[in-house]
Amino acid sequence: MTNATTTVDHDDHDDHGPAYGITRWITTTNHKDIGTLYLWFAFIMLLTGGTMAMVIRAELFQPGLQFVEPQFFNQMTTMHGLIMVFGAIMPAFVGLANWMLPLMIGAPDMALPRMNNWSFWILPFAFTMLLSTLLMEGGGPAFGWTFYAPLSTTYAPASTDYFIFGVHLMGISSVMGAINVIATILNMRAPGMTLMKMPLFVWTWLITAYLLIAVMPVLAGAVTMMLTDRHFGTSFFDASGGGDPVMFQHIFWFFGHPEVYIMILPAFGIISAIIPTFARKPLFGYSSMVYATGSIAILSFMVWAHHMFTTGMPVAGELYFMYATILISIPTGVKVFNWVTTMWRGSMTFETPMLWALGFIVMFTIGGLSGLMLGVAPVDTQYHDTYFVVAHFHYVLVTGALYSIIAAYYYWVPKWTGNMYNETLGKIHFWWSTIAVNVLFFPQHFLGLAGMPRRIPDYALQFAEFNKISSIGGFAFGLAQLFFLYIIIKTIKGGKKSTDIVWEGATGLEFEALPSPAPYHSFNIAPEVK
Amino acid sequence: MVLSKLTRRWFAVTAGIFIPMLFMSAANAEYKLNLTEGVTPISQDLYGLHMLVFWICVVIAALVFGIMAWSIFYHRKSRGAKASNFHESTTVEIIWTIAPLLILIAVAVPATSTLLDLEDATTDADINLQVTGIQWKWKYNFIDEDVEFISSLAQSSRDVVKDPLANANYLLEVDEPLVLPINKKIRFLFHSNDVIHAWFVPALAVKQDAIPGFVNDSWALIEKVGTYRGQCAELCGKEHGFMPIVVEAVTQVDYEKWLEAKKVEALAVAAAAEEKWSMEDLIAKGETVYKVNCSGCHGVTGAGIPGVFPAMTGSDIVLGDIADHIDIIVNGKAGTAMAAFKSQLSDVDIAAVVTFERNALGNSVGDMVQPSAITGLR
Repeated sequence: MTNATTTVDHDDHDDHGPAYGITRWITTTNHKDIGTLYLWFAFIMLLTGGTMAMVIRAELFQPGLQFVEPQFFNQMTTMHGLIMVFGAIMPAFVGLANWMLPLMIGAPDMALPRMNNWSFWILPFAFTMLLSTLLMEGGGPAFGWTFYAPLSTTYAPASTDYFIFGVHLMGISSVMGAINVIATILNMRAPGMTLMKMPLFVWTWLITAYLLIAVMPVLAGAVTMMLTDRHFGTSFFDASGGGDPVMFQHIFWFFGHPEVYIMILPAFGIISAIIPTFARKPLFGYSSMVYATGSIAILSFMVWAHHMFTTGMPVAGELYFMYATILISIPTGVKVFNWVTTMWRGSMTFETPMLWALGFIVMFTIGGLSGLMLGVAPVDTQYHDTYFVVAHFHYVLVTGALYSIIAAYYYWVPKWTGNMYNETLGKIHFWWSTIAVNVLFFPQHFLGLAGMPRRIPDYALQFAEFNKISSIGGFAFGLAQLFFLYIIIKTIKGGKKSTDIVWEGATGLEFEALPSPAPYHSFNIAPEVK
Repeated sequence: MVLSKLTRRWFAVTAGIFIPMLFMSAANAEYKLNLTEGVTPISQDLYGLHMLVFWICVVIAALVFGIMAWSIFYHRKSRGAKASNFHESTTVEIIWTIAPLLILIAVAVPATSTLLDLEDATTDADINLQVTGIQWKWKYNFIDEDVEFISSLAQSSRDVVKDPLANANYLLEVDEPLVLPINKKIRFLFHSNDVIHAWFVPALAVKQDAIPGFVNDSWALIEKVGTYRGQCAELCGKEHGFMPIVVEAVTQVDYEKWLEAKKVEALAVAAAAEEKWSMEDLIAKGETVYKVNCSGCHGVTGAGIPGVFPAMTGSDIVLGDIADHIDIIVNGKAGTAMAAFKSQLSDVDIAAVVTFERNALGNSVGDMVQPSAITGLR
């Protein structure tokens, strides 16, 4: 080993680490650095959007207007949705992709490292612009994260143009990120890593990246039409000029429905990595998992109008969208059955990542089943736009997508930092969050069934009790994520050194072929996959 | 899994704090858990379908979670479980693809027939009722009866937004309830003047978007006399939470009496426009009109919201030529949220609110307009 350093090739990067100080982060093209940037950005956005959720829950703690005015309340619900979807969940998954895809397929970096830097550094500007609208005269966007026209065009505040440009930037960032993921996975796999040997996280991200490229331009088109409607005299969405407000919803949901799968397919990949590790048993039905992911992705393009059952669609349309929608529950069910069968007759232990993964399976299934109920078009007449919908999508996005991201953090952080997180604190974080999140969202099913509409700053007295319970759960859940911040910082600063394999049952290149922490430059020589 | 000592203690503390909090107000609380059965044949069908799908979901959940729980309990390393290595079975995959498919078909069959029923608003409709969503109130027009009126949130709710606990129908009461006869098929025709609203009354199982430029329909046949309350269900701007719906279902006889009274009322309103009004009376009337129709955007004190809704206090239009002031109220302002109020307010209301705005809310122009002067502008 002694003379190894003297014979280092000029192109070998082992001789130098990253640059120092802030320039490291601004100029970096290293997939690990960019992954870290994405993850921190997502966490800051999670706390920002979470703060807005706290404002919402505080106002809804009891009937009457106590803290904020209705116009500001609407800005909070709008911004909370936009920030959580585009600022927290999506960048967190891109961060995980940046960190893990090269390590999982045995590549030295992402295929397009400079574009990678750019696609991250667009985001802080996009979100600064979006958040700055809150300080402008007239306030920020107040039309809901779905920004239905004409409320978002003729009736919107002046700051809406900042929102539009912000969405354009987020779209550019997402599409570039997706191109990078596809280029990396298709071109940079280690020898022997055939497509059907790729870990499921790689598969789900590959499919997600195609969804992103397909639908982000549709969103960009929608906001561009809004822009020209607002300023250049077109009337795409204005009925008095021959336009069609319902067409806005069709375009939005043609983006919006694949978007919900963009936020859940990578989660499926994470869970498919964690469950086998802690069950010490290979994933059941690997190929059916790949096919199920593909089917979900294809079906996701064909069901968008189930968000629009009350807009007066022709009955044939409603029937079609009902059938197509409930059909999605089949591949999704296959996934859940496969996970449960993976656990069956395994040899399970329950470290923190496993707890979050199990929490995901249980609560995502609850969200999936309420989704099945919502898909039944006639009954959707009663559920639509009530808190039942709010409960449904928070079960799939918070206890689904967010839980998988937290599970991924605990699962891979020893590989990132070389330090084990504190197991006791991790378990407290899980149980605290899980109790709180159910106190928060489960009663919202009851509120919705009792007829409480979404997006209202104040409500009738009959809804008071469950709103109070929900708010208490909300505050507890918010606090739990500050506790998570403490765990994150503590783990970066130190902790028990992790072994290279990290978990007894771990498999895959990132655990078997790399030390902990993974070196700044890994797989300069491609590993051989048998 | 073995919980650490710390985790267990934390459990005890959390339970100690939260469980009493949950039940503190339980004594006089309302914990409604399920969907309403409603008072129409459709609402009862929907309830039945809802319960069917719900129980299917419960059974699936019980199976999945039951197997998971069994596995978590028995197949854990701490109990000495050894991992098997099976990881594939095409038979099993086919079974759990086909079985859910059959369940879905069992749901889709009744759902289809209910949906066809729900969407058939035209066959044998007895009453055609046009419902127009307006930021932030509902306009009802009995097309065959020549009766129309606007229904907005009752003042008794507006007055108590800071402390509403004493008002049992807070945010679910209106100034002019919609009165409908029982056992008649009522066809609703929904439309909007501005943004998208949704007319939602759970007991009637009607939720339909009111969309500018479109007419949507839906129907209800109410089987029981009673008062049924609902709300706007589609985000429609600042006062979205404050545009309730109240339907009073009455017998046919009472319904006809109500229609007569509405017609007499309309004549009285028309007659009032012929009279000569004093400035004091107009300002007093105008204050009420302003609170219901204008204060949502322009503010109770006339301050507006800078950047979104202009202030009334010191406004160029209010302080300027009275003809322009009247014009913007009568005809609205294209491309903005300012609606044309000629379709919403009577001549007296418009004259009153113009006079009020010019001589209150911090303004003192000193002039006024008679209701008779508005009649010619329509």
